[in-house]
Amino acid sequence: MEAVKQPVPGTQREPRKRFMTPHRKEAMIGWLFLAPEIIGMLFLNVFALGFSLYLSLSKWDLLSGVKGIEFIGFGNYAKLFNDPTIWQAVKNNVLYMIMTVPIPIAIAFVLAVLIHNSVFFKDYFKVAFFIPYISSIIAVAAVWSALFHPSLGPINQFLMDLGISAPPKWLVDPKTSLLSIAIISSWASLGYTIIIYMAGLTNISNEIYEAAEIDGAGPLKKFFSITVPMLRSTTFFLLITMLIGSFKVFDIIAYLTEGGPNNSSTVLVYRIYEEGFKYYNMGYASAISWLLFAIIGILTAVTWKMRNED
Amino acid sequence: MQLIRKNMSKLIITVFMGALSVVFLIPLVWMVSAAFKYEKDVMRFPIQWIPEKINVAYNFKTVWMGKVPFYEFYFNSFKIAIITTIITLIISSMSAYALTKINFKGRNIVFLALLSFMIIPDQATLIPRFLLIRWFGLYNTHAAIILMSMFSIYFTFLLRQFMIGVSDEFIEAARIDGAGHLKIFNSIMIPLCKPVLATVAIIKFIWTWNDYQNPLIFLLDKDLYTIPLGMTLFRDDFTNNYAIMMTAAVSAIIPLLIVFIALQKQVINGIALGGVKG
Repeated sequence: MEAVKQPVPGTQREPRKRFMTPHRKEAMIGWLFLAPEIIGMLFLNVFALGFSLYLSLSKWDLLSGVKGIEFIGFGNYAKLFNDPTIWQAVKNNVLYMIMTVPIPIAIAFVLAVLIHNSVFFKDYFKVAFFIPYISSIIAVAAVWSALFHPSLGPINQFLMDLGISAPPKWLVDPKTSLLSIAIISSWASLGYTIIIYMAGLTNISNEIYEAAEIDGAGPLKKFFSITVPMLRSTTFFLLITMLIGSFKVFDIIAYLTEGGPNNSSTVLVYRIYEEGFKYYNMGYASAISWLLFAIIGILTAVTWKMRNED
Repeated sequence: MQLIRKNMSKLIITVFMGALSVVFLIPLVWMVSAAFKYEKDVMRFPIQWIPEKINVAYNFKTVWMGKVPFYEFYFNSFKIAIITTIITLIISSMSAYALTKINFKGRNIVFLALLSFMIIPDQATLIPRFLLIRWFGLYNTHAAIILMSMFSIYFTFLLRQFMIGVSDEFIEAARIDGAGHLKIFNSIMIPLCKPVLATVAIIKFIWTWNDYQNPLIFLLDKDLYTIPLGMTLFRDDFTNNYAIMMTAAVSAIIPLLIVFIALQKQVINGIALGGVKG
């Protein structure tokens, strides 16, 4: 440390210290500070990705030990493209994305604007809508599974009370299982979207609105020509994180439907879990992982490009 | 006159939003009310929001002291969340310090590498991580979960963002006084970062507490389960006993809810912090 402070040439420098120039010492300390994170990343990302790539080109059932890894080339990928459950999973992922990204973003946008300028007790509303987001998604899913119970659940009893004789069977019907999951997770994450929008809203200065008012702009006009464009970058941020997030959905499906009934709610991550941890097809599961990674990579690239061109 | 009109419309919107927020929270209200009921009353319609016959003691006794050891899950979740949070704080703040206040060549490369790792989804490396854990002999231990969740590039960046704002002059002055980086980190940077560290700690704690995927994959023995994983046992053992299941859900949600309400400003600002920079 002394050396960094005042490197008086020639006087106090010993031969051993010449190797440790202030510059080098600084670099060494820098690397030491970063060491834990770097080691972690090397294992969990670099090695993991490389190993997963190798496994995706192999056949391996885990139980036969490392020696049992058998290199088979692109067999797993060929299987991937001929596997109807994979196509079903991709389709479900896309449907789930359509259900859980645009609509919740629009709802959260409106709610955030209302909470931001037009209510008393702003903090109450922030907290109220945020509560599901910090609650364990599994506990929340347990609650909804009771609410969605096809014959006894309060939701269907309410619908039948309204005169709907055959309400949807929600989680146990292949037609509505994915929709039910989308409803639950949109409900749980709405608070997050609202909070992010509200953070964006505090960055818009009041003067712009006042100037618009002087020009005679009404609330609707102000909403569409000031608020919406000013929150463009927030919307992009949410779009990117939520699009990617929707492809990572797993917990709630693993807990509630296990991909069923009849694969109607299976998604890519669930298929990885199933192949890897239920059937021990480590090679095939790795190939699905790479498909997921590729899709997320493309999505990220496309949204970034859209953002930069904007 | 205009002010009155403005306040009137504000009042109307508040009432409307208030009603909406109540509807929004109905599932959780229903959950709490079900936890007080006898099983036969849970699915009764119209819903008795305030139960006539209360069975809450039995429900909680079954959940907490029955054949599924819920208190153990609590202890496990608590232990894992606390340890993970502390280690994440240390690792991420050290990295953030190196990335902002130590000048050396590799710094930008590391920064770019971390940035690119951020797009790798956890789920894409699930299989090799599982194998690594097995080879280290850590399968079916809490250490596996801690190891998997203690690295967080997200928090490193959040802290980096904050540390960039700390004036370099502070650091320079301390260096001239002969302080090394470790000393500056410990006695200048960390105290300055206290508010943001607290925020990171709360959010990390909540996330780890609620994590389902890692415990599901890395734990086998029931006595090691965390609360979210423990919920699967209630799903399987009390399939049609919703009063018990809702009591378990209440037990899983309410303590964290109290923490959240007590520290709401920090949690909400912390979540917002992550979004603004994007």
